[in-house]
Amino acid sequence: MTTTNNKEELLIIKEQDVVPLRNRVKDYGVKLGMSILNQTKLITATSELVRNLLKYGGGGKVIIESVSNGRDNGVRVTFIDKGPGIKDIALAMQDGYSTGKSLGLGLPGTKRLVNEFDIQTELGSGTTVTIIKWKNG
Amino acid sequence: MERIPILKMGDFLLVTIQVDLYDQLAENLESDLINTINKHSSKGVLIDISAVSIIDSFMGRILGNIAVMSKIMDAQTVVVGMQPAVAITLVELGLSLNGVISALNVEKGMDLLRAKMYNGDKEEQVYDDDEQ
Repeated sequence: MTTTNNKEELLIIKEQDVVPLRNRVKDYGVKLGMSILNQTKLITATSELVRNLLKYGGGGKVIIESVSNGRDNGVRVTFIDKGPGIKDIALAMQDGYSTGKSLGLGLPGTKRLVNEFDIQTELGSGTTVTIIKWKNG
Repeated sequence: MERIPILKMGDFLLVTIQVDLYDQLAENLESDLINTINKHSSKGVLIDISAVSIIDSFMGRILGNIAVMSKIMDAQTVVVGMQPAVAITLVELGLSLNGVISALNVEKGMDLLRAKMYNGDKEEQVYDDDEQ
């Protein structure tokens, strides 16, 4: 079971909110003693997902948590938007697929960078993406 | 509007990115650089990213764009000082930065630019010089 030790919520409505968010996520990783490489992977994943939140979801909220599963500690980041949702998740998770002008690396690439990746979406009501990076993961 | 400074050093342009990039800042850098290459007829661009702790797919794409655009403008781009964690993360993300020439540090990057400028495409000759 995963327990939460520390938690905070940030509103993301404009591009300039991205840098402070990345820094906060990094702080959580540093506090756990996460390696530079895992920190970098976590922040990069956060950066990809927050771009989706802004670009497709029209902004939203991000929850950062310090979590523990008994064996390891980690950082969980949840991205919640009230945008149009994703029509075909399987397609969106494919490398190279994009409805926008990007390279289509966002979702599949992000999944490779973290240990746990969950996406819930409903057409017309929004998308929630949750990632966990374990300290030793 | 926040901007990243571009320094002119003879035939080259020097960019040291000291802040963490967000999308607009990266896009501004791309257009500023291309305009500056045009203005000074620069032959080379050196981008130092040693202080950059994160490059995601968007910023990676901008770096690739800069390399391609400057090449069309007859200038070479060398990216120097990428942190190991950033390099590993970029490749796992799926971005290989094809077409971007890199060097370990500013000094090596400058050598590379000079070699490319004075020897043109005679890469073998550059190699021979290094051997001596």
